[in-house]
Amino acid sequence: MAEFILRVSNLHKTYGDLEVLKGVSLDVQQGEVLVIIGPSGTGKSTLLRCINLLTRPDQGQIWVDGEEITAPHADINGIRAKVGMVFQDFNLFTHMTVLDNVMTGPVKVKKMPQEQAHELALFELGRVDLVDKASSYPGQLSGGQKQRAAIARALAMNPKVMLFDEPTSALDPELIGEVLEVMKTLAREHMTMLVVTHEMGFAKEVSNRILFMEKGNIVEEGPPAQLFYHPQRQRTREFLGKITELYGEAEK
Amino acid sequence: MEGLTDFWNMVWPELGQGLGVTLQLSASALAIGLVIGLPTALARVYGQRWLRALATAYVDLLRGTPLLVQLFFIYYGLADPNIGQLFANVGLPKSLLVLSPLTAALLALGLNSGAYQAEYFRGAIQAIGSGQMLAARALGMSRLQAIVTVIMPQALRLAIAPWSNEAAYMVKYTSVVYVLGLTNPDLFGAAKRIMSTHYNQMVMLPFVGSIYLVVVLCITWVMSKLETRLRIPGLEMEVERV
Repeated sequence: MAEFILRVSNLHKTYGDLEVLKGVSLDVQQGEVLVIIGPSGTGKSTLLRCINLLTRPDQGQIWVDGEEITAPHADINGIRAKVGMVFQDFNLFTHMTVLDNVMTGPVKVKKMPQEQAHELALFELGRVDLVDKASSYPGQLSGGQKQRAAIARALAMNPKVMLFDEPTSALDPELIGEVLEVMKTLAREHMTMLVVTHEMGFAKEVSNRILFMEKGNIVEEGPPAQLFYHPQRQRTREFLGKITELYGEAEK
Repeated sequence: MEGLTDFWNMVWPELGQGLGVTLQLSASALAIGLVIGLPTALARVYGQRWLRALATAYVDLLRGTPLLVQLFFIYYGLADPNIGQLFANVGLPKSLLVLSPLTAALLALGLNSGAYQAEYFRGAIQAIGSGQMLAARALGMSRLQAIVTVIMPQALRLAIAPWSNEAAYMVKYTSVVYVLGLTNPDLFGAAKRIMSTHYNQMVMLPFVGSIYLVVVLCITWVMSKLETRLRIPGLEMEVERV
């Protein structure tokens, strides 16, 4: 049996009258990179938020690293520490330096000694090429630098899975590349990643699987080559056509 | 010149003591207000429904009624013999709520300020984008940890400006306590005593007014220094964007 680092089974979530997730199931292996695409409002972000319980699913089960996180008495904060999250609008802590942003998780949540956390933070900032900005405040960074700092902050918790919720959507076009570069490096280092994005170049180059979601369901999934060149469903074809028109072909 | 020295010698010992009382009253009332206001603000933003309702009721009641009414209620109203009798019936000291003028003044000013401070703090907390809490929770912080390490350090900085208003108001509001006739009168109380023997209100009122003015200007200056000192590079920009 394959080793699944993340299992999602029959996930349902309803907001008022709106059923955002209609029974989503998903198995992810250690080191896999999944790209989730689909029109807005189809539950992509909700799915990610359920996986670290920022949103509580109404029904269904989720296992992370063999532990059922949807169990009634699961240690929610402990689980969140194992699942890194990167947001569209960065959400760096504005009153802390970049270094403190990265240190605060290990220090507050894992009770890591300051010195050790300091070293770890510098190491993680090195991974995103931001050591020279360690003592800057988020307000002094460009969007791309902010997002890289946010990735370092998530990495410092040594997560089993990284969730990226449209990590480049709030960035100026010329800053997208540097963030994608960092994400590609992570993928090569076999970090398990779930990425909601419209960056098809990234999807083609580094993802193992692409999931096309619409109206709360996974319509189609498969390796990028299959989805891009031989989509089974008409809807997938239409959507990919539109998105390629908007965002261009994958640059090679 | 000599007249000025004479005037000074005549009024200063009393006004100086009055100023001391006014400053002590202001500082204590602000401190009481802070101790009440901060938890009230947190209760209004993060509390359970009943806690929120309780905090809202307190704020509305204290902000919606005149300070003078509150002062009289606490000093004269609570001293009602019927209340004393009620206390006696359950075995408590009969004069438990018969307060000295100073205690009543402090209680009224402190409770009143707490309501206003709660609103300032609430505004500051709510000005912090929801993404900050989300990111803190995503790291695995508990709600309390997120509030203490992420939300409050930002909110308290934002609250400095409105809080310095409150401090300035408080120094002036303390003048209403002259109506209780404190044994050691506040600044305005002291001025009133001098005026009642010398009938020199045309000189005394501008003089005592300018003492308040100087104190308020000092507070404003200190608070703006504090604000500059605690300013985070880029924070104002972030907040404006939200």
